[in-house]
Amino acid sequence: MDNVLSAVLVLGIMGGVFGAVLAVAARIFHVDQDEHITLVREALPGANCGGCGYPGCDGYAAAVAAGEAPPDKCVVGGLPVAAKVAEIMGIDAGAQEKMVAFVHCSGEEGVAKKFFDYTGPQDCVAAMRFGNQGPKACQFSCIGLGNCARACQFDAMHVENGAAVVDREKCVGCQACVAACPKDIIKMVPYNQKVLVGCRSKDKGAQTRKVCDVGCIACMRCQKECPVGAIVVKDNLAQIDYDKCIGCGKCAEVCPRKIIHPQKIYVQTR
Amino acid sequence: MFTSLLSISLGAILINNFIFAQFLGICPFLGVSSKMDTAFGMGIAVTFVMGLSSAICWVINEYILMNLGLAYMQTLAFILVIAVLVQLVEMFLKKSVPSLYTALGIYLPLITTNCAVLGVVLLNVQEDYNFIESVVYGITGGLGFLVAIALFASVRDRLQFADYPKAFEGFAISLVSAGLLALAFMGFSGMQIW
Repeated sequence: MDNVLSAVLVLGIMGGVFGAVLAVAARIFHVDQDEHITLVREALPGANCGGCGYPGCDGYAAAVAAGEAPPDKCVVGGLPVAAKVAEIMGIDAGAQEKMVAFVHCSGEEGVAKKFFDYTGPQDCVAAMRFGNQGPKACQFSCIGLGNCARACQFDAMHVENGAAVVDREKCVGCQACVAACPKDIIKMVPYNQKVLVGCRSKDKGAQTRKVCDVGCIACMRCQKECPVGAIVVKDNLAQIDYDKCIGCGKCAEVCPRKIIHPQKIYVQTR
Repeated sequence: MFTSLLSISLGAILINNFIFAQFLGICPFLGVSSKMDTAFGMGIAVTFVMGLSSAICWVINEYILMNLGLAYMQTLAFILVIAVLVQLVEMFLKKSVPSLYTALGIYLPLITTNCAVLGVVLLNVQEDYNFIESVVYGITGGLGFLVAIALFASVRDRLQFADYPKAFEGFAISLVSAGLLALAFMGFSGMQIW
């Protein structure tokens, strides 16, 4: 009987002491949960895409509640969500321009020369392990094995004829594909941008000619033609300043490689 | 003294590795090993809990349970200690490393039921280790777990691009490669230290 009693007593006391320790620890390590976090979190779409630059919707909600992030960073929710978040936080939403992803490569099958035939795992990172550039001869080209398409949760990214293409209407600008692309050729561009350079090759013109039928050869004609000086050839590559561009389309007309695309046409024909 | 500690350490990390030789703590080993940094965090957390629970459990066993003739309550008392320690670790991580806290998720409270932790404190009693030996065994046992889970995380990293049959996808191939790793660790089992 004594034995049972002492066992019960000892374990009871141990439990009590540990409970007290935990209670004290809970005080010390207490994390203040701002009620704004919960509210903002509920207003967000919950896709956890990371487009805002924070780790998931929870991370962004915490940053907003702490006053560290503006309310209009959610690219999936756009203006409606920004308005709601701003209302919860009691601040102005501000204007937000819609950004969409764009693949700076037009090297589809038959246009971009092959370096070798690739039959390994259908994954861009895996293909990159061969020669550090994948099966196409241009080291800046889209590999076309669809890491971006798999990363896209909104069905806006597809590999067509060996090169990735963005569906601008479906794209919410979450940047998942930007992060997924091992070649770093997917960039965010303004939705309303009329012309875009579908190439990212920084090779010299002669080299680009060797490996691709449409790559930018840095001939400077677009730069000379642009009335507002928005397109500049830098690092052997035509680059558009989206703030200056007025969308006249003259660069696209003179481009001998037809690599500067008027946007809408680009999406529909390819 | 030093050689006995060295043999305990080497034994816990390589020869009698908790995962590969004693097959304890397989659940977090398989569950949290898909990413290197979370695997590493899990390994550190388990090492911490194992070391600390070895120390506390030794004191409780030696001065309370043994004195009162309550050795048969060991398992119960040890589980109590481990649960409290895990709870503490959880609170600490939630406060100071929230990203690791969310990454570990359900596997963090599950350290409580990680049989490697209970295993180490019970083995301490079974082997009749003194205080220092117990702590060393606990910490190095945790390091063994860390080595195992980090190795396995890097193996799984490479598995992503491996070309295996469709039927092996997911956990099947993970278990096969874990088995092969354990087989490799069996190579240590013949080692004799002094």
